Amino acid sequence: MSPATVRSKTADVEKDASMRKQKEMMAAHYDRLTSAPETGEKVCSTFVPGNINELIGCFDLVNNLPEVNAIQNGLRRTSGQYVLEAEKIGHSEDVCTYVKSDIGMLAKGNVAPNGKPFPNPDVLLLSYTGCFTFMKWFELLREQYKCETIMLHTPYMGDGKITPNMIEYMVKQLREEVIPKLERVSGVKFDIDRLRERLGRSAQAEEDLVHVLNSARRRPTPIDAYFGGIYYIGPIFGAFRGTEDAVEYYRFLRAEIDARVAAGAGPVTPEGDMAAEKYRLVVEGPPNYTNFRQFWKMFYDEGAVVVASSYTKVGGVYDLGFRHDPRRPLESLAEYCLGVYTNRSLPMRVDMLSDYIEEYGADGLLINSIKSCNSFSAGQLLMMREVEKRTGKPGAFIESDLVDPRYFSAANIKNRLESYFQMIEQRRAGERSAA
Amino acid sequence: MSAREMKTFVGIDLGSTTTKSVLMDENGNAIGHGITNSRSNYATAARVAGQEARVDGRFTLFRRALGDAGLIGGQLDDFLVELERSFRLEQFIERLDDLETTCLGQMKGGRFAAVEARLREALAETFLRLRSEAAELFAPGAKRKSDFFRDIAGARFYGHAETVSREVAFPYEVLLNVYDKAIIEVENRPPAGGLDEQFRRALARVLSADGGMGREAAEIRDCIEASLRVEFGESYLVGTGYGRVTLPFSKEHIRSEILCHGLGAHLMYPRTRTVLDIGGQDTKGIQVDDRGIVTSFQMNDRCAAGCGRYLGYIADEMNMGLHELGPMAMKSERPARINSTCTVFAGAELRDRLSLGEKREDIVAGLHRAIILRAISIISRSGGVTNEFTFTGGVAKNQAAVRELCKVVKDNYGDVAININPDSIYTGALGAAEFARRAYEGGARPEGVA
Repeated sequence: MSPATVRSKTADVEKDASMRKQKEMMAAHYDRLTSAPETGEKVCSTFVPGNINELIGCFDLVNNLPEVNAIQNGLRRTSGQYVLEAEKIGHSEDVCTYVKSDIGMLAKGNVAPNGKPFPNPDVLLLSYTGCFTFMKWFELLREQYKCETIMLHTPYMGDGKITPNMIEYMVKQLREEVIPKLERVSGVKFDIDRLRERLGRSAQAEEDLVHVLNSARRRPTPIDAYFGGIYYIGPIFGAFRGTEDAVEYYRFLRAEIDARVAAGAGPVTPEGDMAAEKYRLVVEGPPNYTNFRQFWKMFYDEGAVVVASSYTKVGGVYDLGFRHDPRRPLESLAEYCLGVYTNRSLPMRVDMLSDYIEEYGADGLLINSIKSCNSFSAGQLLMMREVEKRTGKPGAFIESDLVDPRYFSAANIKNRLESYFQMIEQRRAGERSAA
Repeated sequence: MSAREMKTFVGIDLGSTTTKSVLMDENGNAIGHGITNSRSNYATAARVAGQEARVDGRFTLFRRALGDAGLIGGQLDDFLVELERSFRLEQFIERLDDLETTCLGQMKGGRFAAVEARLREALAETFLRLRSEAAELFAPGAKRKSDFFRDIAGARFYGHAETVSREVAFPYEVLLNVYDKAIIEVENRPPAGGLDEQFRRALARVLSADGGMGREAAEIRDCIEASLRVEFGESYLVGTGYGRVTLPFSKEHIRSEILCHGLGAHLMYPRTRTVLDIGGQDTKGIQVDDRGIVTSFQMNDRCAAGCGRYLGYIADEMNMGLHELGPMAMKSERPARINSTCTVFAGAELRDRLSLGEKREDIVAGLHRAIILRAISIISRSGGVTNEFTFTGGVAKNQAAVRELCKVVKDNYGDVAININPDSIYTGALGAAEFARRAYEGGARPEGVA
């Protein structure tokens, strides 16, 4: 056990010091959010991919992220009942389960993880980045809350590049639509220097996050970049980017990972340090949250570790070089939105995943295809075949869901995972005997 | 003459419906196959299937010994079929004894005190009738809906018990109640009694029935005795299939069924590149290379639509044996167009169609086609059909499914060699046995097997 790792008495789960720190940050955030009616703070609901948290912060708005709430409900095993509630209202089985978890939660009292009710949002800010369902989701919420709705349209990177036109188009929306509306809702005047400060802090945290993600190039990797990675991206994808809290968290995390590297340690799992690393994987697609630990265990029990993942890029692709830039505040927000993973074309995703396999020395690509998320899943099989062709490494495909427990079949997933690991092993043995 | 030990390797495939076992010799030849129903008790199923494979392996040794000795000549096949039939009858009678004893054992504790004497009488009469027709059940050409003791004994018990209960005016439900409890116990222990003795009695019956072999009888008996002295030493075992994790095997003894099916199909047909396995619970599309190594695979998700179990439900719904579905579908000239292969709605789909006046054979043929279309979709996701194509799993025994598969493959992939082995249901177990043999060759020893 590494020095920074302690065994929590309550849940019998190993947690890094950074994980505990993050838990405190989240708890404080939910308290701030649910106390808004008393403190008078105004609330802005927005989404993770393409969230412009720095700007929201400039208007002293508190950020509420419905997908993060759905994830919390998945992890806390309450999403199942919310999904059923939404279906009772009439949403079909195939609708995104983040949406249904949120709608179902609303119908059942809209209670936050701290046990207090969520406040109604004062504004819905949608930065559209590749997921059409998000737009429909906000239409449902607008119906519910009848509050101000702002849509920041992000052009899709269909041609694989960001053009000056795209940036100009987005900056124009920010200037003419987003900022004036946020000023009106919040009653706070926009101050570009405040934004610059926040962007500077974002860049600092991003630098440290990239350092952590890149550490997975080592053998053994000190981190799991999917299951562990979800913790690492929490603050920066959520409500903390641009804050001093985030800067501090990532500085702390970086030091923690550097200590693991110095100690030659592998990733930490809920059951302690992982045993010898046998399989290094790149994973595409979100995880399942209703059986998160069970799912993770299927990997570390077999010595499989994820060295890079696309899901940890949905809130920003920092490892490919992008940083928020205080010198070009609005332009940099535009570039950020344009560049997030969900806004990238299939060829761009294929390039990224193939490069990961090479750069991180992975044994292959595993896709977790999400039943109720067509914007992630469409085209994934094609991507897998292409990555296999380019890298010569085998791919595998499993299916589950974000927060609908009915779509998690443990036996089926375990069967496929074990088959995949044994397939990698068999190919290695084949290569050895052929050599 | 002292016993001689023979190295053997065991592969066990614990499917959701049936458990299969293959016994392999050190040259990689499959010498025995065994199958039993999984009955949600994988440990017992593994023991029973293993024993069945050893029984079958014994017949392989008989064949080798008699063949080497040049005995029986051209009638060797017939003789072995006869011997097996006789052996199965011996086993059946022993299990009937066990069943009767178990039924009687339920009287302990005074549960049936009020009716005990009459219950004993009714049971005695029922078992008398069961025994008297046993030989007939195993006569040449006799048709059985199933080879599993539970199925054969159950069907016959219900019939006789009903008649007997009427004749002696004893409540039928009580007899059924006693039987239902007893059969579970009996089924969950491997057939008792010494196998060697059963072989000897079976042989004696065959030899006495056929005067023509009298001249060679002594030599045949010597050959069989010599074969019985060979002990199957279990050098290594590998388990696979749905229930693999429930077995008390250490990790080294477990392989994924996808790898086992890939390797098994490769052993049967070395040129095979695509494997389709339709089992009870899942459908797998597997691509293998020229060494039987899996390069890609796809399988159904948690929904078991269109798998073997689906046909099982349909058969139940139609009050037919699973084996009768294929032949019925073969009679159809105009298969119904069915889109849903949802197992949960299988019965509803069937009743809907029947109520619309569609013919049973057309509906059943349509259902077979729907299953195959779903399987082909899984196969194409795994990389399509490449020459040669091997179809495995329980459903590969169904001729109507095979007919539809051939049609669909031809329509979509042109002329591709399609292999269906009569032993296709054992493909996974065969792969597992070969993994066991290779592990042993590589120095692995059976530690950790409980």
